[in-house]
Amino acid sequence: MQKDVMFAGFGGQGILLMGKILALAAMDEGREVTWVPSYGAEMRGGTANCNVVISDRPIGSPVIRNPMHLVVMNRPSLEKYGPLVRPKGVVLINSSLVTADTGREDIDELTVSANDIATEIGSIKSANIVALAAFVARSQLVDFELLRECVKYEFSKNEKLININMEA
Amino acid sequence: MAKTFMKPEALSDQHTHYCPGCTHGVIHRLIAEVIDELGIRGRSVGIAPVGCAVLAYNYFTFDFQEAAHGRAPAMATGIKRVRPDLMVFTYQGDGDLASIGMGEIVHAANRGEKFVSIFVNNAVYGMTGGQMAPTTMPGQRTTTSPFGRNVEDSGMPIKVAELLSSLQTPGYITRQTVLKPKYIVKAKKAIKKAFTYQLEGRCFSMVEVVSTCPTNWGLTPHEAIQWAEDTLLSYYELGDYKVPE
Amino acid sequence: MSKVLMKGNEAIGEAAIRAGCLNYFAYPITPQSEVAEYLAHRMPEAGGVFLQGESEVAVSYMIFGAAGCGAIVFTTSSSPGISLMSEAISYIAGAQCPAVFVNIVRGGPGLGGIQPSQADYLQATKGGGHGDYRLLVMAPASVQEAVEMVMMAFPLAEKYRNPVMILGDGLIGQMMEPVDFPENLKTEPTNKDDWASNGMDTRGANSPNIVKSLFLDNKLLNDNNMALKAKYDRMKKEEVRYDTYNLDADYEMLIVSFGTMSRVNRTAIDNLKEEGLEVAMIRPMTLFPFPEEAIRQASLKENCKAVLSIEMNMGQMVEDVERSVQGKVPVKWYGTCGGDVPTPEEIMNFIKEQK
Repeated sequence: MQKDVMFAGFGGQGILLMGKILALAAMDEGREVTWVPSYGAEMRGGTANCNVVISDRPIGSPVIRNPMHLVVMNRPSLEKYGPLVRPKGVVLINSSLVTADTGREDIDELTVSANDIATEIGSIKSANIVALAAFVARSQLVDFELLRECVKYEFSKNEKLININMEA
Repeated sequence: MAKTFMKPEALSDQHTHYCPGCTHGVIHRLIAEVIDELGIRGRSVGIAPVGCAVLAYNYFTFDFQEAAHGRAPAMATGIKRVRPDLMVFTYQGDGDLASIGMGEIVHAANRGEKFVSIFVNNAVYGMTGGQMAPTTMPGQRTTTSPFGRNVEDSGMPIKVAELLSSLQTPGYITRQTVLKPKYIVKAKKAIKKAFTYQLEGRCFSMVEVVSTCPTNWGLTPHEAIQWAEDTLLSYYELGDYKVPE
Repeated sequence: MSKVLMKGNEAIGEAAIRAGCLNYFAYPITPQSEVAEYLAHRMPEAGGVFLQGESEVAVSYMIFGAAGCGAIVFTTSSSPGISLMSEAISYIAGAQCPAVFVNIVRGGPGLGGIQPSQADYLQATKGGGHGDYRLLVMAPASVQEAVEMVMMAFPLAEKYRNPVMILGDGLIGQMMEPVDFPENLKTEPTNKDDWASNGMDTRGANSPNIVKSLFLDNKLLNDNNMALKAKYDRMKKEEVRYDTYNLDADYEMLIVSFGTMSRVNRTAIDNLKEEGLEVAMIRPMTLFPFPEEAIRQASLKENCKAVLSIEMNMGQMVEDVERSVQGKVPVKWYGTCGGDVPTPEEIMNFIKEQK
């Protein structure tokens, strides 16, 4: 079974890292995984996105035009990618920054005030991890405990950040 | 009976292909003498340019690489970075170094690459048949400036020693000539100094040598020396432009 | 060793070090700059040489100089940069020096775009620079394979004293995939005393080595180029590499496709199989030498009605495929040239239209 997700938002929100941590967790589960970022001049406008594909078989195209799931951290990303999500997919919206919704009935929409939660638990910079945790809890793409381990691994140079409380 | 004149060991037994009155032969000899005196022939690598000296490796008895037009400083950089123990020098003309290869020489000098560039400036493209060079004098006739170099079109001749000495990176930048014996003695000292700096791993060196090209200037060897002394040396002033501290 | 999740560009840099190449010169260009960024800290750590040159032109001659004095050396760039390096590549081939060039291909012509592309197929396989020479060209389809090909490239360059090119694309460079670095692909230093300008003292000799590509004597130039031809003929015999997919099936169509594009085709082939249409694929892993014979044999299979050259360019490989098929069945092309990687659905639609 092949699954994929797109993470999208502003540069600086840790968009690429969210995808990387998910990919690490999938790799640790022994599955095939690809992570593809937007890059180059595209990034200069301040937007960032990445696609993660997870599969039990070798992955064909790592480039996804219509993602199965979507995590959006800002409004332009919602407007751009919201309509592209395949039916039944999970769409996680960072409601701290995005007041709108997809307006779609055929998807599983989830709003998380990631920035506010992150600020509450100590650092607004952790908003991406809050959103990622919520997304994984809902979509079950990878094992939640494994994800927790991967977050620890990725932040192994920063004790403080490891202690963030991941509420889903 | 003691020998009073010997060919340097670093010079080969080849008949020259250079024209009568050309100064390449003298400059080759000075380099060979310096390499002999410093005892570095076994670890020397020369980089031949594109130009009359493209076949320079025929006249020396140590390793050589042959560059594309203007790229000798990049090749020397490559060698020196992976083999700092080798003694590397480029041998370049004015078309090679000051025109197509200006980028490479400036950046090599600016990085302070620890090799020597011998820059032979005779104000004309030699091998391709006497076309205008960046160092061709105002009003000087060449096959591509048949009415004399027009500075309105082509700008003023580039003073490479002055230009390179404006870089902030330490280096040894000097301009010499081999038009007459008194100059030759000084030129050899400069070349030896440059190789010594390399031996000590101190800095980049460029020795510009004002030279002749009787064939393409349309002069006899004697007239060529006279013209070079009168015209070139008054624009391309001799001396050290930069010395390492 | 366990797998690590790595970006293609960084994995390429690491692969070179693990292969035993400790000399790297480069110039930044999207989408390969991460190789230089990675090696800027990793090379010094490994005790190697890292230098950012002032241009791709200069870098390519630094490679020439270093290779000429016997070093194992490589660079990475992307399409416009490779154009600038093509002059030196010609010189390096002419002077018979080993060197590895990695091209993380982007769109062209001109500045083109920065998205994945395979538009440098002809440049890599048919020249790029001037004169009679060829490159050994390998095209990876995953980050893992990019690592393996980079590690294979150095011994091949040494074996043939010829530049080897890895033709990736923006996706291979930018994508992260799990990677396992092979332990058995170390480059053994070869003795270069008979040709390299490594200094006479180094090799205990008293006669100079001249590294050059100039042969003003017609006969000498002919001799040199015939020696090159003999090497390229040997590559055709010994270095052809390819992969197959669904070739055992009773296929109606055969795809020829390389690199990133071949992955998408794999998905399309799987999906079509479920719909009852059998399609096979040959994936050239070496673009020069080209797997002509394998493609010819595969095209002769009883029910094979067409051979499809599917590429992310305007059909640059079609001639090679046609040459391989030798007119037995029609050869058709599908592809995109703008940077969008075709989707499996697009490929499936194209294949169904050919029925």
